[in-house]
Amino acid sequence: MAIINLKINGKAHSVDVEEDTPLLWVLRDHLGLVGTKYSCGVAQCGACTVHRNGEAMFSCITPAASLTEDEITTIEGLSKNGDHPVQKAWAEVDVAQCGYCQAGQIMNASAFLKKNPAPSMDEIDEAMNRNICRCGTYHKIREAVAMAAKSE
Amino acid sequence: MATLTKTNRRDFLKIAGTTAGGLFIGFNWMSCDSPKMDVLSTEEVLANAKNFNAFLSIAPSGDIVIYSPNPELGQNIKTSFPMVVAEELDADWSKVRVLQANLDTDKYERQLTGGSGAMPHSWERLRKAGATAKFLLVAAAAKKWEVSADELSTSEGIIYHKASGKKIGYGEVANDAALLTAPKEITLKDKKDFKIIGTPVKNVENGAIFTGEPLFGLDFYREGMLHAMIQRAPFGMKIKSIDDAAARNVAGVKDVVTFENSVAVVGTSTWPLMKAKKLLKVEYEADGKVESSADHDQIFKDLLANGKAEVKREDGIVQAAFKNAAQVVSAEYQCPFLSHSPMEPMNFFAHVQADKVELIGPTQTPESARRAAAEVTGIAPENISVEITRLGGGFGRRLRADYVSEAVHVSKMMNAPVKLTWSREDDLTGGAYRPAVRYRFEAALDTDGNLIGYKLRGVGMNAGNSTREHNFPAGAVDNLLIENVNYESSITTNAWRAPITNFLAYAEQSFLDEVAFAAKKDPVEFRMELFQKAKANPVGGELRYDVDRMIGVTKMAAEKSNWGKNPNVKQGFSVYFSHRTYVAQVADIEMENGTPSLKKIHVITDCGMVVNPTGADHQVRGGVVDGMGHAMYGNLTFEGGLPTQTNFDKYRLIRMKEVPAVDTYYVDSGFDPTGLGEPCLPPTGGAIANAIFSATERRLRSQPFIEQKEFTDLKLGIKRA
Repeated sequence: MAIINLKINGKAHSVDVEEDTPLLWVLRDHLGLVGTKYSCGVAQCGACTVHRNGEAMFSCITPAASLTEDEITTIEGLSKNGDHPVQKAWAEVDVAQCGYCQAGQIMNASAFLKKNPAPSMDEIDEAMNRNICRCGTYHKIREAVAMAAKSE
Repeated sequence: MATLTKTNRRDFLKIAGTTAGGLFIGFNWMSCDSPKMDVLSTEEVLANAKNFNAFLSIAPSGDIVIYSPNPELGQNIKTSFPMVVAEELDADWSKVRVLQANLDTDKYERQLTGGSGAMPHSWERLRKAGATAKFLLVAAAAKKWEVSADELSTSEGIIYHKASGKKIGYGEVANDAALLTAPKEITLKDKKDFKIIGTPVKNVENGAIFTGEPLFGLDFYREGMLHAMIQRAPFGMKIKSIDDAAARNVAGVKDVVTFENSVAVVGTSTWPLMKAKKLLKVEYEADGKVESSADHDQIFKDLLANGKAEVKREDGIVQAAFKNAAQVVSAEYQCPFLSHSPMEPMNFFAHVQADKVELIGPTQTPESARRAAAEVTGIAPENISVEITRLGGGFGRRLRADYVSEAVHVSKMMNAPVKLTWSREDDLTGGAYRPAVRYRFEAALDTDGNLIGYKLRGVGMNAGNSTREHNFPAGAVDNLLIENVNYESSITTNAWRAPITNFLAYAEQSFLDEVAFAAKKDPVEFRMELFQKAKANPVGGELRYDVDRMIGVTKMAAEKSNWGKNPNVKQGFSVYFSHRTYVAQVADIEMENGTPSLKKIHVITDCGMVVNPTGADHQVRGGVVDGMGHAMYGNLTFEGGLPTQTNFDKYRLIRMKEVPAVDTYYVDSGFDPTGLGEPCLPPTGGAIANAIFSATERRLRSQPFIEQKEFTDLKLGIKRA
């Protein structure tokens, strides 16, 4: 076991876990930040997406111990009142079906739009291709990313 | 937004940990644009609210709580059910908050998500619940004002007396109204007066979903609970020996326990258990058939040829029709096993105590969860509570309570509250799959290209029937024979979104396309001729489908897709009836630089009245994407009783770039609403395969396409038109 110091959503956290514990499980089991989802555990589906220094990252395969120097943002810290332009676009377009993958989709989309504020539809497709939605909300995800890009 | 602050998340954890009410997953979040700062918490509303019936309570503040009994897995029932209640109540939708009801078999008749059956079952019940409450509220106002109830009208939660100009909110008469006796008969609204039903209403849980609130079973936490993960046996095998020494040495592992054919690692958090499970050394030995996909291929062929078939339907004299035929067309179609793979893996919380069991988690059928716990513990069902969390997808997988049973076993053995979590690998290897199936179709045509004989023999697995013998084309063919051969597999199989029809529709609609081609007829025209025959002079006995509604969606599909009018667009048509709903689809492929590109799928649906257009579009598009994804890529193969594909790196699910445009249209047939969770999936594969044939003359008779050489050579592009 090791004490790992993390900065998550602007706050300092200290957890005592095995050194190889992925950030995902630190968030979910030790910090109660369960908005970040487990689905595949092998960086294939994107449900676990968080921001590391503003960049989208799969938290399921990244040991927390490797992130002590980084600013981590989870869905809970993306905005204060759920009013990040991407969250607002997601609500306006009514994107969710079951909703399980959507936090990861939003985290991926928000990191992407920060880098590319005026993307083409093809660029949106390319960026969002790393997140799986088993319900098939892809049309609405695409529409919402485009809407958020316009509103930002 | 005010009801959804960061404090609420903590409350969730706290409430979940300290009260029997436990999981509190409902709230009102209609729009992030209009925060209401003075919003009462749902607990505050409920503390003063009066119950009118199993579906609704009204508080003096005018806030309305509507209970949604059926599990929500993305079919949007938690929004559409309350819409129906609120409609008849004439409620102000912005004052409605929705709560997931716990399992309560006294209050609710059908707390089940499956078969696309919720709306048709509950439509009238929900309307009556709203209408009855409205009747009582109006009666209370009439009494208060000493006027006749006939003189009063209602709108958006307010009762008006036109003559005197008086008005009063529902909340202000709720206490009095709740004391009155409900009438035995109640008049429902005329559909033309609907104000909420038929309008696009957003998912009531959007806010919680988009901010990462704990809604799902896997998010559930209770102070002091243990975590568990399980190693399961391959299908057809049993445990021979267990060496758990290394697993027990992992920090965070508390115990390793064995029950039935399972080994559970138990600990204080998830990650150590994932590691420990990999360190378990469990040897297995055969305990029945240990199956592989290669064997299945041979078994299917043998059973098609020589299997003992059960006749499901026989019209006319089939043998004679084939003997007299000018032309016979025959083809075989086969699909592989599929995993349900909902994004949220299986999980459940169970707390077994001396005389009661508490269950919390994602289930499509809470009653089965209760039954499973009763079987494991011997505790009476009335002492077993089930709270239903939001489900991160289901697709039929959560109709089985195997994972609930497991959680109960471990809680009982550990004498502690336990949350069981399945890994993705567990989900793919310990599934209850859509079984593989093989069909042989034969068609007899006369000299004019009329379909005079039709035979279908299906070889299904663990299913009494792999056909839908009373569906189209039954009724339209004079001589028809539908047979089923069953194969009992040791691999667990289960309902998978649109059971049976998820592949049968593909096979049948592709085969009919082959027959139309052989008859030198346009595929839509060919179907229309058959419909007209079934309408004018239906053959045989029972028919499950309404020919006029088949004609309705087919005609609209031809019109909306501009069928056959544009020589640059190669089209494929498919039409299917399942789960009380009628769906026609046309896939458009355009040739670009000599290669085909799938651009659009037109979907025409007759589900009767559309309750929520935005929710309906979701189900239609979701069904099409699901149908397309699994036709193209879905493939689970077995070797030695275990799936070869154990995670999403090998088990391919459809992604953003692989989805064409999907245009949705609805036939206004005037019928009461039917379900949409399943019926849009079955026709999709056929529409795409038929378009591929139209563009390339290559016929795809097996799924997934990606495994067929005829397909991979095509390099089919996918572009949204």
